[in-house]
Amino acid sequence: MSAPLIETRALSMHFGGVQAVRAVDFALAEGELRCLIGPNGAGKSTFFKLLTGQIKPTGGQVLFRGTDITGLEPHQIARLGIGIKTQVPSVFNGLTARENLWIAAARHHRGKAATAAVAEQIERLSLGKFADKVVSQLAHGQRQWAELGIVLCGAPHVILLDEPAAGMTEDETVRTAELIREINRTHPLIVVEHDMAFIRMIARRITVFDRGKILADGDVEQVFKDQAVRDVYLGREAAA
Amino acid sequence: MEYAIVVGVEFVYAIATLALISLGLAIVFGMMRIINLAHGEFMVMGSYAATVAVHHGVNVWISILIVPPIVVGLIGMVVERLLVRHLYGRMVETMLATWGLSLFVVGLLTTVFGDTTEGVPTPLRGIAVGAYQVSGYSLFVIGLTVVTMLGMYALLRSTRFGLLARGTMQNADMAAALGTDTSKVYAVTFTLGAALAGFAGGVLAPVSGVFPSIGGSYIGRAFITVIGGGAAPLFGTASASTLFGIINQIATFASNPVYGEVALLLAAIVLIRAMPQGITGRFFRGRL
Amino acid sequence: MNLGLACIGVIGVALLVALPATLDLYELLQITLYAILGILALSLAFIWGYGGILCFGHSAFFGLGAYAYAVAVINLGESTLPLLIAIALPAALAAGLGYFMFYARISDVYVGVITLTVALILYNCINSTAGPEYHIGEALLGGFNGIPNIPSLNIPFRPDAQLEPEAMFVLSMGLLLLTYFGLTALLATRFGRVLVAIRENEQRVEFLGYDARLHKLVAFAIGGGLAGLAGCLFAAWGNYVSPTAFSVVQSAQIIIWLMVGGAGTLIGPVIGCFAISWLTLKIGTQQFVNANVVLGAILLVFVLLVPKGIVPLLSERLGSWLLSHRRLTQLPRNAATQESKA
Repeated sequence: MSAPLIETRALSMHFGGVQAVRAVDFALAEGELRCLIGPNGAGKSTFFKLLTGQIKPTGGQVLFRGTDITGLEPHQIARLGIGIKTQVPSVFNGLTARENLWIAAARHHRGKAATAAVAEQIERLSLGKFADKVVSQLAHGQRQWAELGIVLCGAPHVILLDEPAAGMTEDETVRTAELIREINRTHPLIVVEHDMAFIRMIARRITVFDRGKILADGDVEQVFKDQAVRDVYLGREAAA
Repeated sequence: MEYAIVVGVEFVYAIATLALISLGLAIVFGMMRIINLAHGEFMVMGSYAATVAVHHGVNVWISILIVPPIVVGLIGMVVERLLVRHLYGRMVETMLATWGLSLFVVGLLTTVFGDTTEGVPTPLRGIAVGAYQVSGYSLFVIGLTVVTMLGMYALLRSTRFGLLARGTMQNADMAAALGTDTSKVYAVTFTLGAALAGFAGGVLAPVSGVFPSIGGSYIGRAFITVIGGGAAPLFGTASASTLFGIINQIATFASNPVYGEVALLLAAIVLIRAMPQGITGRFFRGRL
Repeated sequence: MNLGLACIGVIGVALLVALPATLDLYELLQITLYAILGILALSLAFIWGYGGILCFGHSAFFGLGAYAYAVAVINLGESTLPLLIAIALPAALAAGLGYFMFYARISDVYVGVITLTVALILYNCINSTAGPEYHIGEALLGGFNGIPNIPSLNIPFRPDAQLEPEAMFVLSMGLLLLTYFGLTALLATRFGRVLVAIRENEQRVEFLGYDARLHKLVAFAIGGGLAGLAGCLFAAWGNYVSPTAFSVVQSAQIIIWLMVGGAGTLIGPVIGCFAISWLTLKIGTQQFVNANVVLGAILLVFVLLVPKGIVPLLSERLGSWLLSHRRLTQLPRNAATQESKA
């Protein structure tokens, strides 16, 4: 049984009086696709930011392949091979999609190899139609896919996605789900999401957050049948 | 013993002047997140207002205390209306525009008043402490600074405007949603900051010379104090002035006022490295 | 190598060759000054327009370079090492300052204020060094009087062969062209492209594994060194330097060159520099209007009405043949995105 790819031990985050994340133990195995869901304020996004190094935890540890990465700067975590896509699209607005991907690829390849890596991802994600348009002029969905391309060009070992389908049309959501399943054939992923339909399209194993702790963890059907999970989403009074 | 008192007064005076020159800038920065690079020039205009008033026979106390804040407050109101208002949210552009304004004002003052140093006589005499002399005016400035800070605290804490201003400062969108005319709050806040700058200029006119480019000697220290202090206008100014005032004085005693300023700058840079949000980003959070 | 770059190269070399023959001495000296200030303009254009580092006190590096050269050449008697010191010292100051600023991840506004204050305090410092007790080796610092009788640059290792005005022009113009093409080349490397990406979105660059703080520090040091070079040439050109080289007005002027010419390009600020320097000269010869009034008004007008500057404005009409690199479509670093950091 090899070490988990990403692991947290008793990870905690306090903001003043608020305990956003409370002693969470989490493990992601190689090749896995895990979805994190939970109602608003459950701590998913905070947990995500603890993994990416955007905030430093007040307690506990984050480990990557057995090595403690707690408290590292985001660029150091990225160098270890963790690819990140944030909730708010984070791209280089003044550059073309191709140039965006090039910046990512240039860390791992020189000259022609970098251009080739970029072309490969453009092909894989079907970005070809708008690859040479400036990203600020792209439609929202196209920008999100471009950002996926950026993440992939960074040659990550594992990919963390925060609401990849946010703001997308139904067609775009379906396409994004396809892309994620395709990416999962070569990369493990953690996906934080709200959109239940989207979750159903991609999910294998789901972890449910509630008020800073993990409420439930299992495969799709198990979790959706879990009464505690249904209570949390529908509200206990409504259920009662 | 008397020497200790004299030295003590000098230390407190250094802290007080720093607080006085920084307060207007701090309030505008804390409330509106704007750095007004023309702050020094607002002070100089206050000094000139006092000088002109004195030379026209107005009572020296009125010239120093009443005339400058009114004159510069009005100027600030105009500046806010014509310039600052169009650049809300664009902090760098505001800095650049106020910098252009400061150059313009320096040029204008030079054209109108010429390059020479004006004087306003010190209206209080020295007070003897044992074998030494303490400047009565220094004590006056110290007292005035304390009164001003307390006055600002009372204004922001207890008046309706203060409440609206604090609400706008903490969450402008929410304040607007609750019906506050935020642009009016900003206009009054900027005017208040300008008036305070003018006030400081008037009060310090008898102490430093009055010439067009003296703004430069004020703003360096004011910026350092505001940035070191952090977002809270009053606690930030108070804490930063105390810290930097002491450092400045120690360095000045050890060498000379110029190196005192260098010490101040170095202290600020180190402080910012350790506390990027300033003192009140770490301590006194959520206070005024 | 695109058409715009080629044009600039051809024009530059043509000027280099033709001007010494066609201009009289006074005019040649003036043009030399413009070339030197052009290097200064490029140094800020690089760090501000491409690096997104809003340095409000750039005159600090210019003045430091000028004074470093002056002190060194007076003491050493030969100009090669002083030239290098004049580049290295400001670069080191920039690196040190950069460490404290960028590694603290402070907002643009704080960077502007801190750099401005550094220049301010440096000015106050040097200004007060009048008096015989203020000297470094044999060089009296002179305070507000400045340092007179600074030896010109000489051919390396031949201190008796000082450069004539024609040679000084060729050197300055040559260095200007070298700086321009050098920076253009640098911006095409991975370092340069990542720097521009940092200006666009620092967070995303870090998520890709680049250390944005280090990139900015290196860019800032390069800009500081180039400004120091300009300072050195300036001191050698005029054989005199005074604290006004550090002044806030000088810092403001450099920024005005950028605002007028267009902060998002390399050629724009050079053109802005030439135009404003010429204007300042003209204003200096008459008594009606104060130079500060005009400069202040220009800065105000451009910030409020023409934020992109003239070159991008023109080039959008004429097409992109004048420019060699990507234009910005907005002022560097949309200030709104910095709200949360301040």
